[in-house]
Amino acid sequence: MDAAIDSHPPQAQAAEQGKGPLVYRQSRWTRLTHWVWAFALFFMLMSGLQIFNARPQLYIGQESGFGYDNTVFQIGAMDTDHGPRGFTKILGHAFDTTGVLGWSGPPGQESARAFPSWATIPSYYDLGTARVIHFFFAWVLSATLLVWLVAGLLNGHIARDLLPRMKDFRRLPADIAAHLRLKFHHVRDYNTLQKLTYGGVLFLLLPLMIVTGLAMSPSMDSLLPWLNEILGGRQTARTIHFSIMVLLVLFFLAHMLMILAAGPINELRSIVTGWYRTDPPRTDSTNDGERSA
Amino acid sequence: MAKFQLSRRKFLTAASLGTSGLLLSGCDAFDSHLGMGDGLRSFLEGANDLTHRAQRLLTRDTLAPEFSEADIRQPMRPNGITAPDDDTYNALLSNNFADWRLQVTGLVEKPLSLSLDQLHAMPSRTQITRHDCVEGWSCIAKWTGTPLALVLDKAVVKSEARYVVFHCLDTIDHDASGDVKYYGSIDLIDARHPQTILAYGLNGKPLPVENGAPLRARVERQLGYKMPKYLSKIELVSSFAAMGGGRGGYWEDYGYDWYGGI
Repeated sequence: MDAAIDSHPPQAQAAEQGKGPLVYRQSRWTRLTHWVWAFALFFMLMSGLQIFNARPQLYIGQESGFGYDNTVFQIGAMDTDHGPRGFTKILGHAFDTTGVLGWSGPPGQESARAFPSWATIPSYYDLGTARVIHFFFAWVLSATLLVWLVAGLLNGHIARDLLPRMKDFRRLPADIAAHLRLKFHHVRDYNTLQKLTYGGVLFLLLPLMIVTGLAMSPSMDSLLPWLNEILGGRQTARTIHFSIMVLLVLFFLAHMLMILAAGPINELRSIVTGWYRTDPPRTDSTNDGERSA
Repeated sequence: MAKFQLSRRKFLTAASLGTSGLLLSGCDAFDSHLGMGDGLRSFLEGANDLTHRAQRLLTRDTLAPEFSEADIRQPMRPNGITAPDDDTYNALLSNNFADWRLQVTGLVEKPLSLSLDQLHAMPSRTQITRHDCVEGWSCIAKWTGTPLALVLDKAVVKSEARYVVFHCLDTIDHDASGDVKYYGSIDLIDARHPQTILAYGLNGKPLPVENGAPLRARVERQLGYKMPKYLSKIELVSSFAAMGGGRGGYWEDYGYDWYGGI
């Protein structure tokens, strides 16, 4: 069992060093699936950006407008009086993104490419290889999500740790304030924003990512023609797929920031070994140790 | 106890440094393991076989969505070769393809040589479908042509045949051995699918040169690179290993998956 990994009883440790007790916070299923996702999403992101580079333009509807305009997002390059510039166009508003988006590369060797070489796998333009990588990890991601869902339902993780309750919503304003001040209580249970964010990623973003991915497959469309009708067309599905990627990248950045602010060693330990150092019990009368801000 | 904690801390530090190193080095770190024939790449390509099997299991007889006339809002976008500069092709074009023939050869009981008129005389099918390019774009258009299944029935396919190989008139590349013509292949399940047609009409008019005149394949449940243009020959084979790069098509030889249903 996992508990055997840790050689020191939490209470003894706590008493000895004046810290709170170590608690067993993450089951082996949570830890395993977390790292498989981290690995898979890293490759899916960078191969996905490579795939996007083949047609760096997003549309609304079933098809791509060539004879009419249904473009909502575009990364491109254009010639100007000051030489080639990269641009990013969002809902008709263009931004100069030379050096990163549209036109990038080592000095003197810049070229027209939507996402820069350092953000894509392979680093050079290769749609076929990117698709091989992307679809391999799509299977990995989906299978892991299924394993996590079954394990999380059976071992109670989803009901106990992720499902927000009324008290979580009552705490929400205080929880937001605490996060903004980067003040954290280290307790076993997730705080409200954690529950909402992890739940949102696992029950909304990742499933929607898989669904919009399937909607882009012409063969899956023959099986589930209603999928694109619900989503608003294949090109809308592609736009949603891309937008979820942006949200997942923002989630990753917030996740890293929170881990750094909350204590990276302790946070990493809990997602590697399962054990998490909690705050020492509070001695004052306003003990709200349960409250994880 | 202190020693235990130190080693754990060391491990965590090393792990986080390793991860950030991976991120900072950029992604050319993986380039050298992803070439054609590389072991890692072949392993990853296994996922495409899984996709192929899963989709075959689920979508054996399903039909691609069809659209209405109102959904045709623009001309069909041409892609790839749009004006072959092959002498053979241009000679045929100058005569409005009167001398063009579609050869049906390989593992068939009755090899055929069909003129455009003969194809027109066969039962036709018209369908408004969405063309999905591997690059990511889509375009809706109306295609008219002869169901491939009817042509195969006419030629009587031998039982050992497994694939239909499309040979094309357009030169897409040059290598040491000369011109490389576009080619591609599908299995007999897709070949006999009711929406798989040899199209000679686009949006109510004869198929234009840029879209593959006089005849192109429509394989509606796969991506555009699986639907060769400028057809000259259909060959039934039991294996495509000896053709081109051995992967079943021009783009496949450059690393695209043979199964283009995703």
